[in-house]
Amino acid sequence: MQRYSGFGLVKHAFGHHENWERQWRNPEPKKQYDVIIVGGGGHGLATAYYLAKEFGVRNVAVIEKGWLGGGNTARNTTIVRSNYLWDEAGRLYNHSLDLWKGLSQDLNYNVMFSQRGVLNLGHTLQDMRDIQRRVNANRLNGIDSEVVTPQQVKEIEPEIDISNRARYPIMGASWQKSAGVARHDAVAWGFARGADSHGVDLLQNTEVTGFKIRDGKVLGVHTNRGDIEAHTVGCVAAGNSGVLAKMAGIKLPLESHPLQALVSEPLKPILNTVTMSNHVHGYVSQSDKGDLVIGAGIDGYLGYGQRGSYPTIEHTLQAIVEMFPMFSRVRMNRQWGGIVDTCPDACPILSKTDVKGLYFNCGWGTGGFKATPGSGHVFAASLAKGEMHPIAAPFSIDRFHTGALIDEHGAAGVAH
Amino acid sequence: MTQTNRLSAGGRIDRSHGLEFTFNGQRYQGFAGDTLASALLANGVDIINRSFKYSRARGIVAAGAEEPNAVVQLGAREETQVPNVRATQQGLYDGLVARSTNGWPNVQRDVMSWVGKLGGNFMPPGFYYKTFMSPASMWMTYEKYIRMGAGLGRAPTVADPDIYDHMHHHCDVMVIGAGAAGLAAALSAARSGARVILCDEQEEMGGSLLDSRDTLDGVSAVRWIEQTLNELASMETVTLLPRTTANGYHDHNFVTLHERRTEHLADTASDAGFPDMPRARLHRVRATRVVLATGTHERPLVYANNDLPGNMVAGAVSTYIRRYGVIPGNSLVLTTSNDHAYRAALDWQEAGRKVVAIVDARANPDGDLVRQACDSGIRVITGSAVIEAKGTQRVSGARVSAVDLDHFVITGRIEDLECDTIASSGGYSPVVHLSSHTGTRPQWDENLLGFVPGEVKGMLMAGGVAGHYGLDNTLSDGARAGRQAAIDSGFDEAGELNLPTVKARRDGPACAIYQVPHEKKGLRVPKQFVDMQNDVTASAIELATREGFESIEHVKRYTALGFGTDQGKLGNINGMAIAARCLGRSIPEVGTTVFRPNYTPITFGAIVGRHCDELFDPKRYTALHQWHVEYGAEFEDVGQWKRPWYFPRNANGKKESMHDAVARECLAVRQGVGILDASTLGKIDIQGPDAREFLGRVYTNKWAKLAPGRVRYGLMCKDDGMLMDDGTTSCLGDNHFLMTTTTGGAASVLEWLEVWHQTEWPELQVYFNSVTDHWATMTVTGPEARKLMSEVTDIDLDREQFKFMDWKEGNVAGVPARVFRISFTGELAYEINVQANYAMQVWKTLFEHGEKYDLTPYGTETMHVLRAEKGLIIVGQDTDGSVTPEDLGMHWAIGYDKPFHWIGKRALSRPDTMRGDRKQLVGLKPKDANVVLEEGAQIVLDPNQAIPMSMVGHVTSSYYSPVLESGFALAVLKEGRERMGQTVYLPMSDGKTHEAEVVSTVFIDPKGERQNV
Repeated sequence: MQRYSGFGLVKHAFGHHENWERQWRNPEPKKQYDVIIVGGGGHGLATAYYLAKEFGVRNVAVIEKGWLGGGNTARNTTIVRSNYLWDEAGRLYNHSLDLWKGLSQDLNYNVMFSQRGVLNLGHTLQDMRDIQRRVNANRLNGIDSEVVTPQQVKEIEPEIDISNRARYPIMGASWQKSAGVARHDAVAWGFARGADSHGVDLLQNTEVTGFKIRDGKVLGVHTNRGDIEAHTVGCVAAGNSGVLAKMAGIKLPLESHPLQALVSEPLKPILNTVTMSNHVHGYVSQSDKGDLVIGAGIDGYLGYGQRGSYPTIEHTLQAIVEMFPMFSRVRMNRQWGGIVDTCPDACPILSKTDVKGLYFNCGWGTGGFKATPGSGHVFAASLAKGEMHPIAAPFSIDRFHTGALIDEHGAAGVAH
Repeated sequence: MTQTNRLSAGGRIDRSHGLEFTFNGQRYQGFAGDTLASALLANGVDIINRSFKYSRARGIVAAGAEEPNAVVQLGAREETQVPNVRATQQGLYDGLVARSTNGWPNVQRDVMSWVGKLGGNFMPPGFYYKTFMSPASMWMTYEKYIRMGAGLGRAPTVADPDIYDHMHHHCDVMVIGAGAAGLAAALSAARSGARVILCDEQEEMGGSLLDSRDTLDGVSAVRWIEQTLNELASMETVTLLPRTTANGYHDHNFVTLHERRTEHLADTASDAGFPDMPRARLHRVRATRVVLATGTHERPLVYANNDLPGNMVAGAVSTYIRRYGVIPGNSLVLTTSNDHAYRAALDWQEAGRKVVAIVDARANPDGDLVRQACDSGIRVITGSAVIEAKGTQRVSGARVSAVDLDHFVITGRIEDLECDTIASSGGYSPVVHLSSHTGTRPQWDENLLGFVPGEVKGMLMAGGVAGHYGLDNTLSDGARAGRQAAIDSGFDEAGELNLPTVKARRDGPACAIYQVPHEKKGLRVPKQFVDMQNDVTASAIELATREGFESIEHVKRYTALGFGTDQGKLGNINGMAIAARCLGRSIPEVGTTVFRPNYTPITFGAIVGRHCDELFDPKRYTALHQWHVEYGAEFEDVGQWKRPWYFPRNANGKKESMHDAVARECLAVRQGVGILDASTLGKIDIQGPDAREFLGRVYTNKWAKLAPGRVRYGLMCKDDGMLMDDGTTSCLGDNHFLMTTTTGGAASVLEWLEVWHQTEWPELQVYFNSVTDHWATMTVTGPEARKLMSEVTDIDLDREQFKFMDWKEGNVAGVPARVFRISFTGELAYEINVQANYAMQVWKTLFEHGEKYDLTPYGTETMHVLRAEKGLIIVGQDTDGSVTPEDLGMHWAIGYDKPFHWIGKRALSRPDTMRGDRKQLVGLKPKDANVVLEEGAQIVLDPNQAIPMSMVGHVTSSYYSPVLESGFALAVLKEGRERMGQTVYLPMSDGKTHEAEVVSTVFIDPKGERQNV
């Protein structure tokens, strides 16, 4: 792999940038792999990367029906945080946050992880009780988190309106300083380049059309480019997980909903951090390019259209203007949608299935981006060892039978 | 300064109406009818901005929505700032103030341009992914400077003085674009009687007809526009919306239109003299048929230094000359691939300035316009193209060479031509954006050398967007589409439009040229810009493809092609063509990226409409609200309701603290009598022969035997067995019940009942009706409650006659009332329900009689303390969607043996819900009576363990009790009921660890005698 550095950049500039190598190959599929990952988004690519790099499994293919990182990795609002309420979720997302901290260096690819912090606002007495509870739990779990007053909110994000003008004035917030945002596409590309450099075959424009299953064991997949064998198959297909599961005769407790986001035109720096509000229902941060990156909740109906309804966009902007009245004259550039696979308890599924060798990593709902490295890492460990990693174990499909749900609706109510 | 580039005659501006405006602090003049761009060009302003990455000087390139460069900051005052206004789309008004968004100390001499010049080579696409990685700790510093360099304009920092609104329409035919095709479509649809909406984004309707050289029926095209608009305006079924951009095309022919109402008049509506007028309006249109008549965008050619001020697209040159009477330079070189662009040279020459040459990429151009140019003595250089623009601050010349497009090389000698303007045209791209919003993919048309819209159900296309070029084709296609749209919408055919005759023009075939070859290769070529706003060059696209970014989406994301506020209207097709060449594929194989709403950016305010400030979310007040206000209540938001939180008294000019007020209110209830406005609790009237059966299915407990006149407390679970709401339900008659819900849960409970009824048990005859607002509820509670009530009601209050959990009808304070003997305080209590508009009278009468008992109003905080002292839960505070009725110790309220499997029953028998070590509701008594534990504090058994600690529960409710003279709390605790008497620990953020004893949830009157005195 060609190492990237500032020095290298200068050197290439003098060569008129004619000597940059491909960031990943475009190989022909082999007949057989040790592990197949279905889905070339962030989570799938991260899984492949860690399989090859950390667990020595290099005969791996990532099968992607479109282009790498083209699903929710390309469509999310890039928020990274780990201030989840329950122990199991906190551990998973904090494991991810720890990996984020060194990810650019590990991948030798600048994913622009920017630890500008996340405010989760409270607007009612009950909001504040929930915030205190979550922050106390975070603190005792070793997750950076604190309760801040409206005045402290204003110091962190000076343009926010903390006055009583608001319909629901801000009563306080939780503040996770180590949280932030990252450059979403770069995450997919960095993992892709890293995985490729360790020998992983990234097969784009390759669509899985079925599974080869015999005697309750997975033997491979059928694709539009022929059959490919592997005794371990990990499906990491986000909104299309339910479709894949059906091909294997498995029913997952998932609903695929549209989730929308939008950006303003690029502006000079005006926001410092990520501000989220469950109560007025919207969140906003500013990208390095200058866009206000804005999102809210899912559309209520089910769909695979990667488009949502206009009222959701209207409600979202109402919330943003409620929190930041001066953004009223700022203009919205673009909106888009993704398909999110939501679980009944707003937590993901990382699990074996009744088919031996077939694993699923899905159900990340509205907040999967932040988990990308952590999800990939623990899923890779599970695939490599044939046993679910301890951090992944509580997220088994079994929990929907036993009732051991991990209800994170409070933390994930407005997504992310 | 005079308007050096203003022609002495011509154009559609009003020369009698001069306007003054300011750009970068300099005052200029223009005319009514100008855009900011035309006025700047008239005044000879070349440099409008500095580019985003390389800080290169940039001027006006286009004349409409496709303009990438001339993006300015608008507004004379802080509150009227608007970032990123496209000068080509901003109508000029007197007093307009605009600034460049980049450039320091000024846009002419920008320091950053040296960084761009010297450092540009070190900034290939994606360079930021390859560097700034070490040391890791420096990233936030690097990023700070990256952020400072990014962005275009700036947000205002104070609130917007203007208002916005929404309008909703249904129509038969929605015509988007009022050029030749759109006007013909609208007219032909409207004549059949269809309800037509015609919108157009420009200051004036007419589209390219406004600068057309063609005549209609022998007279200027403008006359036909006027006639057509007059006829349309006279029809009641037609709505004309000028200055209105169709910004989004959504599913099922739902179109959002953004109308600029005052932006062309002044900074604010007030400044314009219309203080009540919305600055912008969002129209939400549902159309039976949409006619897309959005025309085309001209593609510039991609040659070296094609971004220097003085480079323009050819059509824009014609627009400025013919529509605005502005000629943007002195000497012109036109470089083209097609006949239509020749107009620019002809218009230029007719305006009296010099055309140096037309450089045509075709070997043998031959068409009417080509002949006309030759006949006018213009030099036409064939088989050639401008390969590079020369100049520093503005074009000073053009390098021209013969080109071999098949091999992508230049051939022959390079000729230098002196000029100050280069107009270019690489052909025309149909404006497919809106159709793409619906999810359909544009289709490549090899004859047109452009993408046309894919199929959309309910959409028709007319004119240029469908590839019908030439005015005669455009008009007839528009008329056809309008007629068809009306027929499709159910109207009878109105007959052919009597279309004006247009002299047909013969155009020769165009050739395919996007990027122009240069004598140097790759990144050695002086920059050839594809997307000017994002500084994306042809070599950047080449590099991206070399690095393995083969999908056009990857190319877009790696280079930022098309990510600007223009969404790549000028550059995207060129970029795709370049990527295709580099990858050795055809353009349709490479495909397009997806265009998203908005077509052009629209203000947040317009999307928000009136749903801001006071109207962001309605406030709900009880019938007694005014009394509470006058009594000095502090309020709490509960759902949408404003509920009195506590009633501080003023003594000696000093307001009582919340702690003191709550203590006083609590003692009043425990020792005398208090009154609570409980009107906000949800009330659902349930009727029907199966009402009782239905209740048995949605509540965990039994309802079969509840007799009329009796009340029962019920628990409602979700299908996962977790408690979702609670409340009392009263039997009003055998088929008639009144359910109460929590304040916040009222709407969701009603929805829940409806969902189960409508989807699962439609066979049950039962009906639900929200009556929350119809009844006001007043809770009179305390040992003196019966005495007070006896003075105001005719109901027999004898404790044997009117038992706990009974309800009775009668008069209270002279009005008909329902009185319920239920208690949320543990004291004797009467809940009085009266028709809401009688409530104030009843409340005041109670206070008249209550004075002698020191009747004390109390708020939600006291209510919380009183109920917590009795161990009564609040759903949503003591529960969180993970708590079962068993966890709460409410085994008594679960009817396991009910015949029907009520909601949640099955889930309660799952292994995890049956676990013995679940968290259970307990009471906590702090070891230090002065401590009030923090709500949300986490409980541990071993305070000395290392982080991460093992947490076993948390405090759900915690207060100071003036009766206990101690803090006390409710909590959920793992195996809590087994831990009575044990000590648990609560480590806090300040480093202190509190100790508490696990106790019963009932702190006062464990036998429950007081509520029955």
